[in-house]
Amino acid sequence: MQAASVPVSLNHGTSFRTVAGLTRVTKSYGSRRALDAIDLRVSSGEILALLGPNGAGKTTAVKLLLGLLNPDEGQVRIFGNDPRQARGRQRTGAMLQVARVPETLRVREHIDLFASYYPHPLSIAETMDAAGIRELANRKFGELSGGEKQRALFAWALCGNPDLLFLDEPTVGMDVEARRGMWKQIRALAARGKSVLLTTHYLEEAEALADRIVVLHHGRIIENGTAAEIKSRVTRQLVKCRTRLRIEELMRFTHVNDVQRDGDSVEIQTSSTDDVLRQLVQADPEACGFELRSGGLEEAFLALTTD
Amino acid sequence: MNVYWKETKYEFLKMLRNPRFALSALAMPLLFYVLYAVVMYKSRHMGGATMASYMLATFGSFGVMGACLFGIGLNLANERGLGWLEVKRASPLPPAIYFLAKLTIGVLFGAVEVAVLFALGIGLAHVRLSPVDTLRMLGILVAGSIPFAALGLALGYLAKPDSAPVLVNLIYLPLAFFSGLWMPVEFLPKALQHVAVYPPPYHLSRLALGVLGADRDHLYWNHWQSLACFTAIFLGLAMIGYRRDNARQNGLA
Repeated sequence: MQAASVPVSLNHGTSFRTVAGLTRVTKSYGSRRALDAIDLRVSSGEILALLGPNGAGKTTAVKLLLGLLNPDEGQVRIFGNDPRQARGRQRTGAMLQVARVPETLRVREHIDLFASYYPHPLSIAETMDAAGIRELANRKFGELSGGEKQRALFAWALCGNPDLLFLDEPTVGMDVEARRGMWKQIRALAARGKSVLLTTHYLEEAEALADRIVVLHHGRIIENGTAAEIKSRVTRQLVKCRTRLRIEELMRFTHVNDVQRDGDSVEIQTSSTDDVLRQLVQADPEACGFELRSGGLEEAFLALTTD
Repeated sequence: MNVYWKETKYEFLKMLRNPRFALSALAMPLLFYVLYAVVMYKSRHMGGATMASYMLATFGSFGVMGACLFGIGLNLANERGLGWLEVKRASPLPPAIYFLAKLTIGVLFGAVEVAVLFALGIGLAHVRLSPVDTLRMLGILVAGSIPFAALGLALGYLAKPDSAPVLVNLIYLPLAFFSGLWMPVEFLPKALQHVAVYPPPYHLSRLALGVLGADRDHLYWNHWQSLACFTAIFLGLAMIGYRRDNARQNGLA
């Protein structure tokens, strides 16, 4: 079925197929380097979140995969083809950030038009159900609210019944309820075997949706893994206390990343506060004034992306 | 084929529902025609024909030119500016279909415009044209709108989206005036008369006037040749604009 795609084995022990990928891709806009020799794979059936602050290179990666931009170096493939050829895009659907859409056409007309670009599209009714916009069918695009527009854009990303969907900031500008509705629809797509690459700068969204998260910063991939893996790697937990132990002794503890002395107290950076506490009390029974600080996800994200 | 049909159909609906396009590109030539040919100079003659039939040819040229410059040029510049062109490019729609649909719509609106002009001329200003001549003039105006469709493409790619409406009007209105579309070339000041014989609308209006026998023109083929040359030049400009736009998106310009 996917003769052109390459089977790859990931550490999960299961065999996945790569449906889209960037290989050592570099892309600059003038002197500004947006992507710096990155490798990115989307595997069949997974939801991959590209996470990063504005300007990290997320949209550039998506545009390269859609054939809208030419890479300076490296190779871009979707289903084994060059996305710059229209044929290569027949199995992909995209939701881009658009300033405005022709406003005089009705939602169902837009869907009818977009579906005609694909060889085996969903029907208009199926599309509207999948995107949850049945009630918007006969509204002109210009009459929709911001959130409704996002859902309509989502509808034409999926109307061609594509195997791979690119969603660039799909829930930007949505209220909490609409966002959760969109998440449900994205999960439903994945449940039907579709692959999804979504970009977001909402951590919560990446964590709620993605099988795998790739964190981009200044055009480089700085983390790649499940939400839990990334969290455990980057979450900064701190143990603060007063102890007579010297820094060198503390550094010998397991799970200690860094120690700083501040007057008569020390700050120990660790990936496991529990382990550090046990070791501390054993080594120095008189240690006192314990304070624990555990960074949340938001903090982890900041840790990743601040210089 | 189905793709081309749908793309054209919705392009048509989109433009039809766009009041600014309907007013500036479609209504203006009709209003001018009614004002000049029906209200003011109904009984006048010009070059062996009634003013009302003479102006069918000139305002017909004006009409197809407007339909192409606004319907293709301004429309394309807008969609480029809004990022809508990018959405299309990200889809499997072959780019040729997108442009072909735009060209079709420009030419089609021009044809509709001319048909309405004819109806006005025949209904209100007693224009008498044989069915054969009517079809000939319609055919010339539609075929002769191709250079303006090409100019529309060029403007769509070369104009900055924000300033496109101004630019299109700055080309549309003076070009029509200086080619003798609003008033016959003979009425223009002497200095302008020498200039008026070069721009493409002049050649189109001469070809259309030829049908009336008003100005049987020994330069018939020269006019077609000029229009063909302008088409090639405008397509070349459109290609330059297209490349420049691509380069800019890729951060090269």
